[in-house]
Amino acid sequence: MTGNGAGARGAGPILRAERLCREVAGRRLVDDVSFPVDAGEVLAVVGPSGAGKSSLLRLLDRLDEPTGGTVYLHGVDYRALPPRELRRRVGMVMQSAALFPGTVAGNVRFGPRQRGVELPDDQVAGILRQVGLPGFSARPVEQLSGGEAQRVSIARALANEPDVLLLDEPTSALDEGSKLGIEQLVTAVARERSLTCVIVTHDMAQAARIASRALVMEAARMRRMGPVPEVLRAEAAVS
Amino acid sequence: MLRRLFPDPLALGLAQASLVALLALGVAIVARRRRIRATWGVAVALARGLVQICAVGSVLLLMLRGPRWLAVVALVGMVGAAAVTTARRARGVPGALRISAQAISSGAGGILAVMVAAGVVDATVTSLVPVGSMLIASAMNAVGLALDRFRSEVAAHARHVETALALGASPEAAVEPYVRAAFQASLIPAIDNLKSLGIVWIPGLMTGMVLTGTPPIQAAIYQFVVIAMIFSSSALTCLVATSLVRVNAFSRAEQLVLRGEARAG
Repeated sequence: MTGNGAGARGAGPILRAERLCREVAGRRLVDDVSFPVDAGEVLAVVGPSGAGKSSLLRLLDRLDEPTGGTVYLHGVDYRALPPRELRRRVGMVMQSAALFPGTVAGNVRFGPRQRGVELPDDQVAGILRQVGLPGFSARPVEQLSGGEAQRVSIARALANEPDVLLLDEPTSALDEGSKLGIEQLVTAVARERSLTCVIVTHDMAQAARIASRALVMEAARMRRMGPVPEVLRAEAAVS
Repeated sequence: MLRRLFPDPLALGLAQASLVALLALGVAIVARRRRIRATWGVAVALARGLVQICAVGSVLLLMLRGPRWLAVVALVGMVGAAAVTTARRARGVPGALRISAQAISSGAGGILAVMVAAGVVDATVTSLVPVGSMLIASAMNAVGLALDRFRSEVAAHARHVETALALGASPEAAVEPYVRAAFQASLIPAIDNLKSLGIVWIPGLMTGMVLTGTPPIQAAIYQFVVIAMIFSSSALTCLVATSLVRVNAFSRAEQLVLRGEARAG
């Protein structure tokens, strides 16, 4: 199975949000947000706490249902796709690693196992090497540091060979050293696999280090989107 | 002494009830001397208990003279009341009332039907209603525990459930460990009852049978049958309830809906 539909399906938006809305109990969490994500790019979603960044990311993976608008994956309305198939193709790494009890290898195998595929040992070892955890297969997850656990959660998402990887503030609970390590990992994985990534962060400097474009959220709405240097200049001018 | 004073069985029963009520009141009065004020509460509870149980006895008496389908009506009413009670306890679980009603009726009703078909329980109003009520009551407690435990397990592990969904797991697979935990927790009282039977407690049914002259071994065996029936009914009810709730916890688009609060970020 080939994961990176980006290269195979040519240029253009791999993912496109169109007038996305999410309202819960009269409160708008995401309000009329539209944007494309180009194949192979790393897009940072930035903004202050409570701006709707994580809510937007959850909508992209259809973990919540939009109350308005929709998302297109390769031009197909994602509501027409079976949810499990959509989530295999659009992987997600949560803010905290949320590893399942057991070993690192068990976590990496989880996704493929859901569709009856048992990853062989060498493939698991290969994915773990890619995320900087060689020889960690048999390690119980309780023995991992925060940074290692987050690397395993990235490896677990990669094992599904997604077309798009969504990352919800993956470094927010990590120390400075682990944070930089995860940033380098995301950059390397995106480059090596030509993987399209959407990463939520409240840290503009992190967005500048990882992403090519940035989308600024404020009070549930999209305020600005563009290449990171331009967005940084515009944000600096506003503040 | 009472038997000599009250030869009429009904009068004797009332005299016995009055004596034990006086005993309970006596204990409450003694407690009052230690500034534990419970006399009024005890008096009300005793009076209410006596009225309620006499009312049930009167209903049973009426049913005894009525057709057999009246027992079915009574049992259906009990299932409804049990489902409402459970749904209140499991507030926040989507479809709790429907799940409880289906689980209790299939668990308690299924076991009762098998027992009647096998001839273990007589198909008479006087057997069906009391035995059925015991099965329904225990099923109600078990399903309440199961739904409550499932709700708290899923709430505590919502991140894991959604991570599993995000990795392409089915809703059933995503909550499977929490369904198992809920099922096991809900059966703890029934299993403990079975384990401690005869060692820690001698149930009321057996005591009553022995007091009314049934040979102790025969009473013991019948009591075991009833307790085992209660266990089977609770287990079947919980199996049905946990199967239904794991589906109800998700939307059609396989999103976790059991945790419905607004998120921001």
